[in-house]
Formats: sequence, structure tokens, C-alpha cells
Amino acid sequence: MAIKPDNLLDPSAGMLTGEHTYETVTHQIGSIVLNQKSHPRQWFMMALIGFALLNVLIVAVLWLLFKGVGIWGINIPVGWGFAIINFVWWIGIGHAGTLISAILLLMRQQWRTSINRFAEAMTIFAVMCAGIFPLLHLGRPWVFYWLMPLGPNILGLWPQFKSPLVWDVFAVSTYFTVSALFWYVGLIPDFASLRDRAKGKIPRIINGMLALGWRGSTRHWQRYETAYLILAGLSTPLVISVHSIVSFDFAVSLIPGWHTTIFPPYFVAGAIYAGFAMVLTLMIPIRSWYNLKDMITMKHLDWMAKFMLTTGLIVFYGYLTETFFSWYDADKYEGFMMHNRMFGPYAPLYWTLLLCNGLIPQFLWSPKVRRSIPALFAIAMVVNVGMWLERFIIVVTSLHRDFVPSSWGMYVPTMWDWGTYIGTIGFFLFMMFMFIRFVPMISIFEMRELVHRKNSNENSESTGDVR
Amino acid sequence: MNGTSHGIIAEFDTPEDIVKAARQAWDKGYRRMDAYTPFPVHGLDEVLHFHDWRIPWMIFFGAIMGALAGYGLQYYISVIDYPMLVGGKPAHSWPTYVPVTFELTILFSALTAVFGMLMLNGLPMPYHPVFNAPGFERASSDRFFLCIEATDLLYDVASVQKFLSGFNPLSVNVVSEDPQGVNKKETA
Repeated sequence: MAIKPDNLLDPSAGMLTGEHTYETVTHQIGSIVLNQKSHPRQWFMMALIGFALLNVLIVAVLWLLFKGVGIWGINIPVGWGFAIINFVWWIGIGHAGTLISAILLLMRQQWRTSINRFAEAMTIFAVMCAGIFPLLHLGRPWVFYWLMPLGPNILGLWPQFKSPLVWDVFAVSTYFTVSALFWYVGLIPDFASLRDRAKGKIPRIINGMLALGWRGSTRHWQRYETAYLILAGLSTPLVISVHSIVSFDFAVSLIPGWHTTIFPPYFVAGAIYAGFAMVLTLMIPIRSWYNLKDMITMKHLDWMAKFMLTTGLIVFYGYLTETFFSWYDADKYEGFMMHNRMFGPYAPLYWTLLLCNGLIPQFLWSPKVRRSIPALFAIAMVVNVGMWLERFIIVVTSLHRDFVPSSWGMYVPTMWDWGTYIGTIGFFLFMMFMFIRFVPMISIFEMRELVHRKNSNENSESTGDVR
Repeated sequence: MNGTSHGIIAEFDTPEDIVKAARQAWDKGYRRMDAYTPFPVHGLDEVLHFHDWRIPWMIFFGAIMGALAGYGLQYYISVIDYPMLVGGKPAHSWPTYVPVTFELTILFSALTAVFGMLMLNGLPMPYHPVFNAPGFERASSDRFFLCIEATDLLYDVASVQKFLSGFNPLSVNVVSEDPQGVNKKETA
């Protein structure tokens, strides 16, 4: 599977290897859904793990609803704890999906084709996981609708629009809605393919309903492509705004370590970094279990690794800037915050974070590491952990040393914190594996376009005509 | 049969063939026709002289509505209905309204894009006569179909069939307006 260096210059080379026609890509991707017996043993294993952990989530949430947020490790001064750490972590993971599907579409990066559907599904489920946390953290989740401007609540009050926490409600719900729409629009022609190929009556009816009667008319395609491109154009500023607004939750406050202008860009870069790590974590095993190595090639992995390296460097620059400014602004509290991060009770986590997000990803400079599957998988896992630690450090170290030493405290997560966190990982895994089973995980019609482009490139090479 | 036929459909193997056939059909004077392809074939919309400019404008309108709704909502709540003094800031502190206004702009535009596209395309439409064409299930996989419809002014079964056969398509068929099952029942 080595890539010849001259191939790297050709944008379309290496994105689809093997002999593929319109029919074979349709068959290979479609049959994963249509032939329900084709699923490998690993599918059951992963879905079972996901389902088991999902039950942990259900128990943890029910107990929380019964007892209240006191079962978590949060206290005063650390009121945010796991709920906000995991919220930011999950929503960051979602961002790679939108980046791959929207920004790379606008940049005409054809390599996005084989991974965009999968990454978009990841976005949707990650945003669902993210949304669970702030809702549970409300204390009384059953009045969550007070966050919406549905009319004055029983006290005659409206949401406070000067608060970033209310902006967050709008940002995250818009993000979820737009991601889901974008995903579904991309799926319509593929549901039509499944409808036309399904043998059984039930899959034909279900896919037929989901396809909305799509028939591939040229007039439809023209409107479809216009709408799809504009949706991509809308998602691009959206994804940047969402994580910027998430960072405002911190940056608009006056807490040392949070009140910095670097937060929005550094959060967005961190989100993409974490997201690519998660795409790689899931994609590497799945492409081998489902024999998709022709479509998700080493070149895709290589490019994702490069993206991870780039955004990782931006994040690392963010860490350096934070450190620099805690010294340069000569503010006593900022300086103490950084000293406490580096040498305080959570110092081991801070240094592990720098190791995970700063040092270990530097191995990706080497092409050998980028093209070694075990190494790439290991680095992606390290980044997943590192990005979680980053949010832990941001939330906890700034809060636990309050302005007055008499208000200092420590934060230790309880088993219910861990249960909720691990439970959302289970929910995410379960949903991802359900998605793989029932929805085409690679965009079939865009793969056909890729086959077409590949064919016409080969023709023009052999006849020497320039397109 | 003439009144119940939707048109005549030709089946092609490659996108290049269908673009060529569609271009010549347009040059010959056929206007009521459509092509059905498994992926968007670029150039086909130009050959059929079809370009719908309405979608971008609809989305622009949706964006303006979203911005007005977002800003108006916050203005009404924070200035008119329940002004609240926070940190001595004015009730109408417009910079804090920007994020929600922005999000609602995007939300309204995206909803307009999706539902506008579906509406203009007439979807969902569970039944369409072109599905009666034999082998049409491959239009979502690897075959390219060109249908000259019966409503065309130059439509004549024999001449259209002869014209389409000239491109050496894989097949040429008359598409009936009714599902074939219904026709069979009537004749039986």
C-alpha cells in the first residue's frame, strides 16, 4: 500500500484504488446495508459494548434525575466539572465532520468524498452526546425549555441574551439542526439507490420513503447541487461560530485562565484536531473490517494525519500563548493560575496534556509514521485523551483556586461522573454502529462521480487531450 | 395507448453518450425532455438549457428573515418586554445580540435551502411515471436515461423512437403513464 511520491502531486490519484465502476461502488457500499448478513463479528462486538455502556448512561442519568447533581463531584468553587469538560470535548469531536463535509467541499478537495458521510454521522451523534451534559447540569433538566424564548416563564422572565450560556443554546441547537439537514440531503440519492436495489419489501418501502421519490432528474440535480453547495457555505461559518461561542462561555467571564482573546481560534483548532483524531480512531478499524481499503485509502489516512498535525500545532501555539500572557500581563491572579497549572495539585495532568497534544503528535512529521496503521491509531488515541485533558485543565485548574485562598477547593470526579461520561461513549459507539448497519456509510453518488472523474482523467491521458 | 404514454426513454451506458444525445435532441427542436442520471452529470443541465436561479434568492430571503427574527426577538425581550439592568449596561446592547442573530440567520437559511430545494423539485413524490420505464432501477446505479416526453410539440412515437435509436442506446422504450400492473389488470 505504499504511495509513490509522484502520485502525491496528482490530486485525484490514490483516492480510489482497485478496478471500480459505477456498478461496483454502488454494490460494495450498498450491500453493507442491504445484505444484513454481511456484517463481520466485530460489528456485534462493538454494538454490544456500545449497548452495555449505553445502559450505564441510562442508570447514571436516572439516578441523577432522582437525587440531583449532588451525586457528581462538583462543588463550590468547582461548579462546572465533568459536565462542561465532556460537553466541550464532544462538541469538538463533532467539528471534524462539518469541516470534512463542508469546508473541504468548498475547497474542492475530492478526497473528502469517501469519508464525509461517516464524519457527518459522527458530528450528529457527538453533538447529541454533547447536548446531554449541559442539560443534566441544569439541576432541573425538566425545565430545560426555559432556555428557549418560548414566552416569559412562570416568574415572568425571559432568557438573558447578554449571557454566552444562552448564545450556546442557540449555537448548539442550530448546529445540530443544520448538520442533520446537511447529512439527510446528502443521503437522499443514496436512499434512492438502496430503494432500487433492495430485494425485500420492507427495506424497499423504508428506503423508498426516505428517498422521497428521488429519480435523478437533471432538473433535480441542478437544484440539489445549488442547495448543497450553499448549505456547505452556511455550515462553514456555522462550525467556526459554534466553537467560538463555546469558548465565549469561558472567555467572557473574568476567571483567570479563561478571560483571554486567544480562546475562540484556539478552541476551533482544538475542535478540528480532536475531531480528526476521532475520525481516525473509528475509520482505521472499520475500513479493515468492511474491506473498504479501496475507497478509504492510505492517502486519506495520510491527509487526515497531516490535518491533525497542523491543527495540533495551532493548539500547541495556543498553550504557548497562554503561558506567555500569564507572565506578560503581570496580573497576579493570571500568574498564579499558570504556576498552579504547572506545579499545583493537577500538574501531572497538565504535563500529560502537553505530552499528548504537543509532543507525541510531532511524530506525524515522519511519512513513515503517517503510513503505519498501528502508529497512526495510537497517536489518534493519544490525541483523544489529550484533548479531554485539555478541557479538564481549563475547567478545573482555573476554578479550584478561587481568588481568596479561603475559598479554595479540589475537584474529584465520582463514579457517577465517570458513569455518565463512559455512558455517552457507549451511546456514541452504539449509534455509530447502528448507522453503519442501516445507512450507507460512504456517499455512493459522490463515489460514482469520482469513478467518472477517474475514467475521464485516464481517457484524456491516453488520448493526450487536455480537459 | 397514445394518451397514456409519458414519453419515450432511451438508456445509455456513459455520461458522454447521454450528453451527446441530449444536445442533438435540443438542436432537433425537442424541448419537453429530461435526463435521469445516477450522479449529477456536468454539462447536462446546460445542454437541456436548465438553470434554476430561484434557490440562491430564496436562501438569501431566508437569511434576511432569520437575521430580522433573531435581532427582533432579542430587541423585543430585552428592550420592550422586560428590560433588565445588568452591570449598568444599556438595555439595547447590540454587540451581545450578534451571536444569536448570526445563528438564526444560518438556521433560517439552511431550512430554506433544504425545504426550498425539495419544494421546487416537487419532492416528496412517491410516484412518477418514469419509474415505469423498464430497467429504470439502474438509473440510480450505472445507467443514464433520456426521456422525450409526450407533451412535447414535436412528439410522435415513430419519429422519436427513430431519432433516439440513432444514438445506439442500450434500449428505447415507451414509458406508460400508468403503473404496468394497473394496465395488466384492465386488459385481463
